[in-house]
Amino acid sequence: MGTTTLKSKVQKHEGSCRVTGFPDKMGHFGRFGGKFVPETIMPALDQLEKAYLEAKNDPAFNTELEYYLREYVGRPSTLYYAERLTKKLGGAKIYLKREDLNHTGAHKINNTIGQILLAIRMGKKRIIAETGAGQHGVATATAAAMFGIECDVYMGEEDMRRQSLNVFRMKLLGTRVIPVTSGSKTLKDATNEAFRDWMASVRHTHYILGSVVGPHPYPMMVRDFQLVIGKEVKKQILEKENRLPDYLIACVGGGSNSMGLFHPFIEDKEVKMIGVEAGGIGTGIGQHASTLTSGKVGILHGSASYVLQDDDGQTLPVHSISAGLDYPGVGPEHSYLKDIGRADYVSITDDEAVNAFHECARLEGIIPALEASHAIAYTMKFAPTVSKDKIIVICLSGSGDKDSFEVAKKLGYKI
Amino acid sequence: MNRIDKKFHDLKSKKKPAFIPFITAGDPDLQTTKALILEFEKRGADIIELGIPFSDPIADGPIIQASYYRTLVRGTKVAQILDMVSDLRCKSDIPIVSMVSYSTVFKGGCQAFIEKVCKAGLDGLTIPDMPVEENLNLFEVAKKNDFKIVCFVAPTTTDERMSLITQYSQGFLYYISVVGITGTRDKLPEDVLQNINKLKKMTKTPIAVGFGVSTPEQARLIGGIADGVIVGSAIIKEIEKYLNEPSEKLVNKVGEFVGQLIEGSKG
Repeated sequence: MGTTTLKSKVQKHEGSCRVTGFPDKMGHFGRFGGKFVPETIMPALDQLEKAYLEAKNDPAFNTELEYYLREYVGRPSTLYYAERLTKKLGGAKIYLKREDLNHTGAHKINNTIGQILLAIRMGKKRIIAETGAGQHGVATATAAAMFGIECDVYMGEEDMRRQSLNVFRMKLLGTRVIPVTSGSKTLKDATNEAFRDWMASVRHTHYILGSVVGPHPYPMMVRDFQLVIGKEVKKQILEKENRLPDYLIACVGGGSNSMGLFHPFIEDKEVKMIGVEAGGIGTGIGQHASTLTSGKVGILHGSASYVLQDDDGQTLPVHSISAGLDYPGVGPEHSYLKDIGRADYVSITDDEAVNAFHECARLEGIIPALEASHAIAYTMKFAPTVSKDKIIVICLSGSGDKDSFEVAKKLGYKI
Repeated sequence: MNRIDKKFHDLKSKKKPAFIPFITAGDPDLQTTKALILEFEKRGADIIELGIPFSDPIADGPIIQASYYRTLVRGTKVAQILDMVSDLRCKSDIPIVSMVSYSTVFKGGCQAFIEKVCKAGLDGLTIPDMPVEENLNLFEVAKKNDFKIVCFVAPTTTDERMSLITQYSQGFLYYISVVGITGTRDKLPEDVLQNINKLKKMTKTPIAVGFGVSTPEQARLIGGIADGVIVGSAIIKEIEKYLNEPSEKLVNKVGEFVGQLIEGSKG
């Protein structure tokens, strides 16, 4: 989508639809969401929802969560004015929300700390998780190590190859990394395996899903644990600029960092939200992971949402240079925000993302994750079209240290 | 009268449990699937559970997932499966219930999907990833078409959910005998009898037990307490042994295996 049409589209929406108070009791965001899971884990989801809602309203739980986010994760993360990037692009003023500065180098740990505290509260003895890029796996392994809980992480073989550093980190942290060899050997297959494990182990195991996807209550709960991103941004930007930003830009795979950034601004209609998906290497089947921009409504991993699938409902292959965006589904709340026009979704190719990866490194001395590089890449196109008095906040969801090998390979370097 | 209802009605008067073998449609190919169904019928199977393959099954174990994968990479489409079923209806009246992901049902337009599969000659569906409360309307649609939507009850199911599910399940009730995924196991869990008895008090709908039944002896044990015995992974495993053999041999060998299970279940 061209930036002009996007601007007019985001500007015309004045939010007549309801934007807050979701999901409903069954976990629906309008026609999205729900609990499409086998009966075996239905009671576990009910139990999880009940435990979560109790914890959410328990000051002791929140105090504990805040303690670990502050003392262990290192929150709040800074909101950094990217001066050289701003000047180079010559348009809107750009701020970076530095989630890469969190312990373990990404926003994922906000959620894993929250969920592990919940698991302990529920008396679960073991943790499982799925991981794509390995950031969620590392964040889960880290939290599990810190709390001394047994942890198994499912990871596609293809992702293990692309992210061998994170595999090693998880092992160092005492987690067992279980290779997944079925299907495309990536994130969606790791998610299948984690669900399957949970079906057999549900009585003593908690499944820490890493994004705002899956059956209710996960999309709601993971969102809530990531809200800290947007809440901090709101406070920080008011301190720095004495006003709200005009645009929020974040990458969307499952959509947890973007939802964490967007959600606290959802009722501030003047703040436009742009989610950036993986455009991969083309628009053909298997060449991209642009679920919201080119998918259709379907069911995957327990919820109704936009999905990349064929006319029989079979999941289509996806591609992205970024393992964290390489997913054929997306969080149901994003689908809802798209439908009501509250957020807009665009896509960025592998090459554009790699270019942004470089630009950010050279201009700001920050090596961004390839996931976040998609958000930067879109900003590089978009910012020059917006006047200098506008403010953009990008969620720099993670550090690119983990991607060094993959990018070096793409560029033909040997390290 | 729906073929499933009729079958359970007949079996009740004979005081015999139903034997329900599961196979994946198109594994290794649709012609063989058709031949297997006819072979199972000849050997005394009562109802066929026909798996419609899905790319991302979370309720099924590795054995069934692998069989889904085998048939999907061959390009098997739902339309071809339904053509095979229509074709089969010229030769057989055996009740067929398909296990299908809600992803496929939803993509097919829910009501339109039910009407389409009903017209092709299927008698019911089990949709493992669709809890009752997510689509109550589908049960109405089924009723109008004299079609059955078979629901699952698991050992983890609470009493409250049991009473909800028993209100809705049509044709029969599918009791998952182990917590976890489909697959073959060495012995039956102890809570099966307890839960079956609990369910019997709640509903008159026949109860079939599946997940983890793999030997004639287990089939006999289950046949003694339930109205139906479902065997899936063990049969798929048997099919796997003959994938590189001629279709006739596969059908014959798998047929023999199923024959033994049937004898066990009716023992």
